[in-house]
Amino acid sequence: MKIPLVYNIRSLARRPVSNAMTALGVAFVVGVFIATLALANGFRMALVKTGSPDNVVVLRKGADSELASGISRDHAAIIGALPEIAAASDGAPLVSPEVFVPMDIASASGGGAQLVVTRGVTTRAFEVRRSVHITAGRMFAPGRDEVIIGAAIAPRLAHSAVGDTIHFGGRGWLVTGHFAAGGSAFESEVWGQNEQLMPVLRGEFFQVVVFRLRDRSRFGAVQQKLQNDPRLQVDARRESDFYASQSAVLRTILNFLAIFITSIMAVGAIFGAVNTMYAAVASRTSEIAVLLTLGFRPRSVLASFLAEAAFLALVGGLVGCLVALPINGIVTSTTNWSSFSMIAFQFLVTPRILVEGLIFSLVMGVLGGFFPARRAARMPVVEAIR
Amino acid sequence: MKFFPLVWANLTRHKRRTALTTLSVALALFLFASLRSVVTTLRATGEVGSETRMIVQSAKAIVFFLPMSYRERLLAVPGVQAASWANWFGGVYQDPKNFFAQFAVDPESYLDVYAGDYDMPADQRAAFIRERTGCIVGKSLLDKFGWHLGQNVTLTGTIFEGDWPVTIRGVFRSLDPVFSEDAMLVHYDMVYERYPTWVRPGWYVLQLKNPALAPQVAAAIDSEFKNSSDPTKTGSERAFNASFVTMWGNVSFLMDSIGMAVVFAILLVAANSMMLSARERTNEVGVLKTVGFGDRLLFGLVMAEAGGIAAAGAVLGLGAATVLWPAIHFSAMGFLPGFRVTPGTLALGLGITVLLAVASGLLPALSAARLSAVQALRHVE
Repeated sequence: MKIPLVYNIRSLARRPVSNAMTALGVAFVVGVFIATLALANGFRMALVKTGSPDNVVVLRKGADSELASGISRDHAAIIGALPEIAAASDGAPLVSPEVFVPMDIASASGGGAQLVVTRGVTTRAFEVRRSVHITAGRMFAPGRDEVIIGAAIAPRLAHSAVGDTIHFGGRGWLVTGHFAAGGSAFESEVWGQNEQLMPVLRGEFFQVVVFRLRDRSRFGAVQQKLQNDPRLQVDARRESDFYASQSAVLRTILNFLAIFITSIMAVGAIFGAVNTMYAAVASRTSEIAVLLTLGFRPRSVLASFLAEAAFLALVGGLVGCLVALPINGIVTSTTNWSSFSMIAFQFLVTPRILVEGLIFSLVMGVLGGFFPARRAARMPVVEAIR
Repeated sequence: MKFFPLVWANLTRHKRRTALTTLSVALALFLFASLRSVVTTLRATGEVGSETRMIVQSAKAIVFFLPMSYRERLLAVPGVQAASWANWFGGVYQDPKNFFAQFAVDPESYLDVYAGDYDMPADQRAAFIRERTGCIVGKSLLDKFGWHLGQNVTLTGTIFEGDWPVTIRGVFRSLDPVFSEDAMLVHYDMVYERYPTWVRPGWYVLQLKNPALAPQVAAAIDSEFKNSSDPTKTGSERAFNASFVTMWGNVSFLMDSIGMAVVFAILLVAANSMMLSARERTNEVGVLKTVGFGDRLLFGLVMAEAGGIAAAGAVLGLGAATVLWPAIHFSAMGFLPGFRVTPGTLALGLGITVLLAVASGLLPALSAARLSAVQALRHVE
């Protein structure tokens, strides 16, 4: 027969300070667990959201990033003529040959310059990348020294307000607008027209050609076609996969950090729970003996103490979730080592991470409660009741 | 001192509890020391570099090349003694996960400029300079991949497309962190041969005659190239290295906050365990007081117990962090070269240990001291 949970909750209430401390220990661990995962997740999402499964990114063969890539005008023209490319309302193909270079741009804090991705696009880029839209000011005008700045990076750069002149590449550029792109990495970039930026950047080369597929299921065929074309030396990747892969270096570091830190912390918290539960068992020796004498099975006693430990840890886990929740949305910035440039992104706490945090706390409770609960279940009744 | 056996007996009465508490303190301090070392290592990386060397890079961004003709013009600037150049090679060895730094350099002038920062036999140096497809690697890199002198290694270029077979002609030890032992040097000419119309020096390294003249030299260089199509940005080597460290953003803040959370979490565990012990011993305190133990002495005994646990945990945790990281040559894929626990971190760790002992022992010790014998003896669990 099951021992009612109310017994455990009342028992916990008898030692409020000690149990609160144990629960708080678990809460700290879960809080750190959620914070580090939210950081890794926010960074990953910024890059995953950057790509669309409808789009194809074409890079030079062997290039693992846009930075390392280069595609000549001739090749860009060959790629742009593919029949699989979707057409805009006016019938023109939805293709954007782009230049991509990290540039030194003065930061708002006055602490020198930061490397910021500068992307030269065509006006078609906004139809290819549908998440991108202007939030302030207007688009840059083709043929002029004008740029628009991503909403995430704008506050971190000097002279980035609409109407200001921002300096990079040895000259000034009029900032005509700010743009948002659904929280993606594009929001950490500066965009201008490719023909204007190309001479300032790296010569008569595009870095990537991006186009929208008429039918996303045709990707495999298009990829084959491009990679087997004897005139080209290129790799084609689905845009969503490509940008997700661009987060690999930093994501590995962040995930390692999250696992390393929280697993060590968790062991400490489990030890705390073990101590608390052993003390609970020891001080309730006679109670346990009574339970056993009354006919409760040792299995029920085991389950009861396990439930008590799990409940205690779960309360801690809940507190940890509540404490960690406010970090959701905090913007931080670091360098994405794949593009060698600054990227600003948000801590992203998702329901999934919260649930993982709670499960984590339950696991800590069950692990910490197991041995004390087993001792309670195996207690010799006659001795204990004396 | 004569009360040591009493403290010891108290500590060993609940062996498991003492062991678990000590271990959690050890884990906390291990984690604290490790996280703190990330901060100190990054900071140290930003401080390496000689003041007598300067780096000339493109003012547009580090990824832009500088013309080859700049070498002669830089040498002509008053105060410049020697000049060399290097490029980030960006090759992959077998798998992108095997990340390590490779620089394409002009061997002779580069090794001259960095003379004194590395240790390599003269014949190996000569063999490297002689052979265009030769390379030299740091000892720790050599060990990491199990390479040996004379071995052929093929790098796959990510920036400079193609396969690049190179032969290990030398192995160096680093004498200064600026010359990383987790790096490989190849010939600039090997790259230039294949991409003559494209590749140019990524940055120049200058050796100054007099470091005090550095600001004037930097200003002279930057103004000389200001109105060219490739303006320069000149700064000390230290500033160059520091600029890469700042690219991490506010990682120090992150590490320090996590470190604080860890310490707090374990403080709760330790304090709780001390309180559990004290509660169980209320009767004993009564007995001790009855036979004449003073309040102060009882306070001291409990504090000594807390101190013992914290000290043992500190020795284990800080010791493990100090020994473990250098032993496994941890460098986070080269991002944290020379990762180790500094004396400053150890001192901070010891400070935390004292705080931990005081914070966890204070309440139980006070209540033991304040307890009246009569009340304590009445208290029966």
